[in-house]
Amino acid sequence: MADKIKKSINAKRLKGAVRNNQYRKEAIISYGILVIGFILLQLGASAGLIGRNLQGQFVPICVYMSLAIALNLVVGLSGELSLGHAGFMAIGVFTGIIVTRILESSVTADWLRLIIALIASAVVTSIAGFIIGIPILGLRGDYLAIVTLAFGEIVRNLMNVLYFGLDKNGKLHFAFNHTIEEVDTSGRIITGAIGATGVHKTASFASATLLTAFTLFVVLNLKNSKQGRAIMSIRDNRIAGESIGLNVRKYKLMAFVMSAALAGMAGCMFGQNYSTMAPAKFNVNTSVLILVFVVLGGIGNIWGGMIAAALLTVLPEALRQFADYRMLTYAIVLIVVMICTYNPAIKARISGIVKKLKPKKKKHGKDKTGKEAA
Amino acid sequence: MGSVLTVKNINVYYGAIHAIKGISFDVNKGEIVTLIGANGAGKSTTLHTISGLLRSKTGDIEFLGSSIARTPAHKIVSLGISHVPEGRRIFQGLTVEDNLQMGAFVTKPDRIARNLEYVYEQFPRLKERAKQVAGTLSGGEQQMLAMGRGLMSDPRLLMLDEPSMGLAPILVDQIFEIIHNLHKAGTTILLVEQNAQMALSIADRAYVLETGKIALEGSAEELMGNEQVQKAYLGE
Ligand SMILES: Nc1ncnc2c1ncn2[C@@H]1O[C@H](COP(=O)(O)OP(=O)(O)O)[C@@H](O)[C@H]1O
Ligand SMILES: [Mg+2]
Repeated sequence: MADKIKKSINAKRLKGAVRNNQYRKEAIISYGILVIGFILLQLGASAGLIGRNLQGQFVPICVYMSLAIALNLVVGLSGELSLGHAGFMAIGVFTGIIVTRILESSVTADWLRLIIALIASAVVTSIAGFIIGIPILGLRGDYLAIVTLAFGEIVRNLMNVLYFGLDKNGKLHFAFNHTIEEVDTSGRIITGAIGATGVHKTASFASATLLTAFTLFVVLNLKNSKQGRAIMSIRDNRIAGESIGLNVRKYKLMAFVMSAALAGMAGCMFGQNYSTMAPAKFNVNTSVLILVFVVLGGIGNIWGGMIAAALLTVLPEALRQFADYRMLTYAIVLIVVMICTYNPAIKARISGIVKKLKPKKKKHGKDKTGKEAA
Repeated sequence: MGSVLTVKNINVYYGAIHAIKGISFDVNKGEIVTLIGANGAGKSTTLHTISGLLRSKTGDIEFLGSSIARTPAHKIVSLGISHVPEGRRIFQGLTVEDNLQMGAFVTKPDRIARNLEYVYEQFPRLKERAKQVAGTLSGGEQQMLAMGRGLMSDPRLLMLDEPSMGLAPILVDQIFEIIHNLHKAGTTILLVEQNAQMALSIADRAYVLETGKIALEGSAEELMGNEQVQKAYLGE
């Protein structure tokens, strides 16, 4: 699986034109999608054109776009497969909820509490990313996928038995596997499998959009930096990367930790959008879903992943009219899109047609270089 | 003539496979030294050990007088050893010029422009193709690019692993001419080759590697005239 993904990355890179122009183009399209999407949805909502159900999806859309961008850092730039991003998301969710709850009395401004929670989530998830990244980044391909998958499951299972609460004196308590006696019902923050309840929501469409913009800013800047080029060079050819003096582990870890931190921040925003949040949400399905955004949008294609995330978040809502067949329709749509964009036979046919349309001149040039290579 | 590289009694294993069995050799300043030997003799393994990608269980490797046997691979490049691995390992998706720029990752910024100019001087073909995506270059051009990239880090020792592999004879001649030019310009080179004829024709000294051991050593001329070498490697 990882090999296939790598091949398609290389094929895509081959088509790449001059680097800087490409980055500029990518940045303009990505930010453009975000700004135009925000304005359209905001106008649509205030004009009453967008229903309440869909309005409720505004923050999740931004969150999933951020997650797609963050995962692209690992899958697209670094060329590794991670199936554990729901784990980082979950850590961000619960860190954010705990931090905002603790600060509820001391910091009254919602936006300030949100910012502090986002920073705290980024710190905690980057530590988590660092700790699991060090031993696993020596692994490659499918092994990495399996270990990250296990990581996500471990996080979810830990959250399932985690109890957090404030007692009457405002003192913080936590425990695994049993309720805390000092904490009464009103002080409970996280209650095992039930998860977080009574969350005072601080997220808004505007703040979620800003977070997505921030995520974009970080990832696009990294991609266009010396470090980003090192990360992508190692992906393209690890041995060549080593031979020019790149510290392979350092750069792989850098991409992984940054991706974890950004996923944690997205998770924090997600948790701040609901009054309750159960750990069951952050299972393998969610990790796979984020990967699907990235794959569907074209691996390494930042804005493609954003569009895929937005559409696939809205789609289940839009398919509500199909009632029982909703998830079936969703799956069929996914499969069809995948086949059209990733099937080599269909791709070859399309590129065959394109080649025929091209002038003969180019073919001659190719023959020449072909002879020399022989 | 000071010694640039001294390899002392290294033993390298792949798990249970004993690939390098106690070899020692040295490379002096300004020399071309070649390691020749059949497929699987351990030539690439030796280069990987010098560049820090593999570790020897015994002995020592000294570069410019200090031990690098425990130095991490990415630091060895900045010390001045440039390894051009076999099989034309280029960054396919980057342009020729970006590939060369990547080669200067550990180089002081003020030297990059000069080095680039030098590489283009040695490889005029690369200059013509500067903006082309490297994956679309021909085999010979890719080999030139890999070598050019290796020169971007200001190497005090350039290690080339089978630069002629899989190239048409006319291109092999071109590549060896370039190696010869680099040598004349003062670069110290450790050249690994299966093409013993060509390697011996430009080298100062040579070591013949057989199943992880040095079977013969001497000046290139001596080995060229050696009956054993002629039989085994020169097809005479
Ligand atoms: N990654 C590896 N794992 C196990 N054995 C290897 C590996 N690489 C090389 N070898 C073995 O080590 C020996 C030397 O290989 P190598 O250094 O590549 O030879 P050469 O470059 O001279 O052709 C061979 O027997 C080869 O099979
Ligand atoms: Mg070899």
